[in-house]
Amino acid sequence: MPTKELKVAALRNGTVIDHIPADKLYKVVSILHLDTCEHQITIGNNLDSSKVGKKGIIKISDRAFAEDETNKIALIAPNAKINIIRDFLVVEKRHLCLPAEIREIIQCTNPVCITNNQPVTTKFHVQDHDGHVVLKCHYCEREVTQENVKIK
Amino acid sequence: MSNNNLVSISDYSKEEILAILDSAAEFEACPNRKTLDGKVVATLFFEPSTRTRLSFETAVIRLGGSIIGFSDAATSSSAKGETLNDTIHMVGSYADVIVMRHPLEGAARYASEVSPVPIINAGDGANQHPSQTLLDLYSILKTQGTLENLTICLVGDLKYGRTVHSLIMAMSHFHPTFKFIAPDELKMPDEYKVFCNKHNIPFSEVSELTDNFNDADILYMTRVQKERFQDLMEYERVKNVYTLKNAMLENTKPNLRILHPLPRVTEIDSDVDSNEKAYYFQQAQNGLYVRQAIVSKVLNLNS
Repeated sequence: MPTKELKVAALRNGTVIDHIPADKLYKVVSILHLDTCEHQITIGNNLDSSKVGKKGIIKISDRAFAEDETNKIALIAPNAKINIIRDFLVVEKRHLCLPAEIREIIQCTNPVCITNNQPVTTKFHVQDHDGHVVLKCHYCEREVTQENVKIK
Repeated sequence: MSNNNLVSISDYSKEEILAILDSAAEFEACPNRKTLDGKVVATLFFEPSTRTRLSFETAVIRLGGSIIGFSDAATSSSAKGETLNDTIHMVGSYADVIVMRHPLEGAARYASEVSPVPIINAGDGANQHPSQTLLDLYSILKTQGTLENLTICLVGDLKYGRTVHSLIMAMSHFHPTFKFIAPDELKMPDEYKVFCNKHNIPFSEVSELTDNFNDADILYMTRVQKERFQDLMEYERVKNVYTLKNAMLENTKPNLRILHPLPRVTEIDSDVDSNEKAYYFQQAQNGLYVRQAIVSKVLNLNS
């Protein structure tokens, strides 16, 4: 058990998302729809971190996330850590990897794309271009690099 | 949902492309048939396009089918704010196939996901226009006798020109060599050069038109549009340099043919029209047979 003082209370059961860059914390909240989640949630932000400078952390009690849900976080915080907690113990450390297809959370950068003008759910294909991640809009076929991706 | 859509040229395999071209040749030999008797084809043109719409409609009428539709979004229910989803559902309950042009990119892919009948994309913004690509291929095949190992010069607006981008994709099956001839402002985007490299397609780039296509089998011209230029002085210069004149064809190969998706403005001088190497009007005519082949394919009708 850690001996140093916890800035955010320990969790008995649930999911901890740690090492989120501070400026991405609320994007993660939005991607996982935590604004409408009814479980107890503790959020800490701008905490000191040796790895990312200022970090954010989210603890959600009594809730598990499917891998395709947490993998969406890889888009904006690829180095975030997901820990699944049971009885105060980490029972699973989950590594993030981008799914092959991402729905809903990305907004197409093309202003004349159908998804920006009509009620159409966005869908992007994740592609590897010589080691660079590129997201291709399923509809208008416009490509955007991971750095320039626009989260809704 | 129907799987028989034509949204993007990349939806078709090499074999499917060749089958369309075979079928188009049969329609050219005998364009008037009754294979679409009793079928209703909807042409929904949310954006005007004379050539594409008339050619699809002629294709259907010559096969004995009937047409419903509109040629201007202002006279359609979308002007009242109806979503594309609703329009497609409604029209899909009346017609057997929908031919659609829409100003929004991705509109055709979306329509194909919600439509109960096949969708043929007749252009979605600057994105895809696959029937144009297929008629370009048909014209190349017809004039050269083969699609294999040809040298193709693409000229003009290579940055925004969707026809040249789709042509590169479609020709990638047939071992072409490309030469990109464009002013610096309108150069071929990197993603298509990356595509060529990935598919081992040799290409070169030059910015002058004169004397740069003497080794070509196909000279594919496109329109240089004024609105693409920030500097209008530069536009005037480019417009004059990129005009093809009859005298420039003197040292070209005898089998060279000049293609252009039309409409042409100043990029091909009218003195070229009478040269036997000018092929753009026949190319437009070929569009009729190719579109007969496309409509028949998506409806699973044997030609």
